Amino acid sequence: MIAPVIGVLFDGFAYGMLLFLLSVGLSVTLGMMNFVNLAHCAFAMLGGYVTVTLMNRLGWPFFASLPFAFLLAALVSVVFERTLYRRLYRASELDQVLLTIGLAFVSVAAAAYVYGTVQQPVQMPSYLRGSVTVLGVSFGVYRLFLIGTALAITLLLVGALEYTRFGAQVRAAVDNQRMARGLGINVEGAFAFTFALGSGLAGLGGGLAIDIVGLDPSFAFTYLIYVLIVVSVGGLGSIGGSFAAATLIGISDVAGKYYVPELGAFLIYLVMIVLLMWRPAGLFGRR
Amino acid sequence: MTAAAAATSPHAWLQAQARWNRTEIAFWLATLLPFWLFPDYLVLASQIAITALFALSLDLILGYAGIVSLGHAAFFGLGAYTAGLAAKYGWGEPLTGLMLGALAAGIVGYAASFIIARFRHLALIMITLGMGLLLAELANSLHWLTGGTDGLQGVKMWPIFNKFRFDLYGTTAYSYSLIVLFLCFLVARRIINSPFGLSLRGIRENPLRMPALGASSRAHLRKIYTISAVLAGIAGALLAQTTETVSLEVLGFQRSADVLVILILGGAGRLYGGLVGAIIFMVARDQFSGNTPQFWYFWIGALLIAVVMFLPNGILGGLAKLSSAWRSRA
Repeated sequence: MIAPVIGVLFDGFAYGMLLFLLSVGLSVTLGMMNFVNLAHCAFAMLGGYVTVTLMNRLGWPFFASLPFAFLLAALVSVVFERTLYRRLYRASELDQVLLTIGLAFVSVAAAAYVYGTVQQPVQMPSYLRGSVTVLGVSFGVYRLFLIGTALAITLLLVGALEYTRFGAQVRAAVDNQRMARGLGINVEGAFAFTFALGSGLAGLGGGLAIDIVGLDPSFAFTYLIYVLIVVSVGGLGSIGGSFAAATLIGISDVAGKYYVPELGAFLIYLVMIVLLMWRPAGLFGRR
Repeated sequence: MTAAAAATSPHAWLQAQARWNRTEIAFWLATLLPFWLFPDYLVLASQIAITALFALSLDLILGYAGIVSLGHAAFFGLGAYTAGLAAKYGWGEPLTGLMLGALAAGIVGYAASFIIARFRHLALIMITLGMGLLLAELANSLHWLTGGTDGLQGVKMWPIFNKFRFDLYGTTAYSYSLIVLFLCFLVARRIINSPFGLSLRGIRENPLRMPALGASSRAHLRKIYTISAVLAGIAGALLAQTTETVSLEVLGFQRSADVLVILILGGAGRLYGGLVGAIIFMVARDQFSGNTPQFWYFWIGALLIAVVMFLPNGILGGLAKLSSAWRSRA
């Protein structure tokens, strides 16, 4: 009786951690520059394809390809940030939405051109497969690994934001950009770095996501919706908020699909709309 | 234009705006050309007219009132399913079917407008997106009613006025869609060239200042959102009636994104923006997409980036700028 509930909670939590990795970067950059970046999941998809390419075509081990998923996504995103995004920081959100939807369209078509529209197969190393059984409940090893990675990254991020000089500058820029500029903080520079970091984490999330949700060119849009839900429910610029929202959305999505499969993703959208109507700035949002 | 307008009274300015000029008349006469020039493409032409009507409905809220919506296909789909279901279950009369579609979309639009008018910025984008997705999921799960992913089969339309049968070549479909588009366009034009339309533009520019001037911005937003939903519902009903089928795709995110692209391409905040955008987009898609639709989106994406970067007011905005530059030089 209890075992399936714990199983659903566990799977939901693991899924939530994946969503957290995918969305935390967007949350911070949105909070900082108010830039609505709908191409965020395109960077995650890039990370996924980098992982697949390194593993399947070059025969690299899984753990060696993950850092490259991070690096390449970060690198490509910062190129776009410097060439396209920065021109639109002061533009309306409509223009930002259009530019980044355009980028996402291009990325989907490019992925379909290079890799085709089929799901990319990927063989996980043997020590990440299978599951361990504790008290009659089985926990997937890969999901445990995912949760561990996400928690470690959360701790690192929170630590970096709270206890370093750079973190203090980022927090200042999120709270009050004009004041931060007035104090001589290089907001643009901090933003470019945060943007690269956030996209890199999305790329890492994309690499980690393959085993759970698969990878095909529609990834950039399918998970964009989940990421946006996490960000807007959690509140902009709040790592804790993103964490809580990702957990909530992950568990309710998995539970919804397990107990009332006929509703599909209906429940998630309903949860989001109701939460946003209650608190338009998100659960942990300040504005 | 603005310098001259400032000197006259608002009413005189509105009247001047409302006058039909030669380009407009030529445009509407040109919409009749497909009957003689491209009789093989009338089915496409009717699709263009329907898309143009849908883009016009989005223009009313996005271009004029500043409501960014990523889920406008919800109303299009509501209209389509209502008209389709009415025809499937024994009432295939087109005109009343159209009104049923408009009514259904209008009721839901009115209910939703109370939510929409309260939000702005990211929350608004997310709520419109969420409502669109919610409706698409709902239609998918009501498989017994909508046919789910198989689409709604068995839609049988009666002839219009018991006389004009929907034919294979699309002659009736195009005439019907074009007349409905023109009538809806007249309504939209009247709304935009009224004091109400002016205050919508005021709300778009500054939503806090308008209530301070005595124009209640939420009530105005609710009205225009409902009107826009009705027009989108009519467009959807037209599609269901002229194609005699309804697929889940009418509610999809792709359709909401496409109509946004069409409007931005043509020029938001201009009555003809959606119309011109629909013509260019649909003709280009018909010519270039072929059997690889995913690559078509590469060009759409590139086009969007180019428009945002270099042509902020769309094609019509660019043309207006060119013509005013040319006039001031002459």
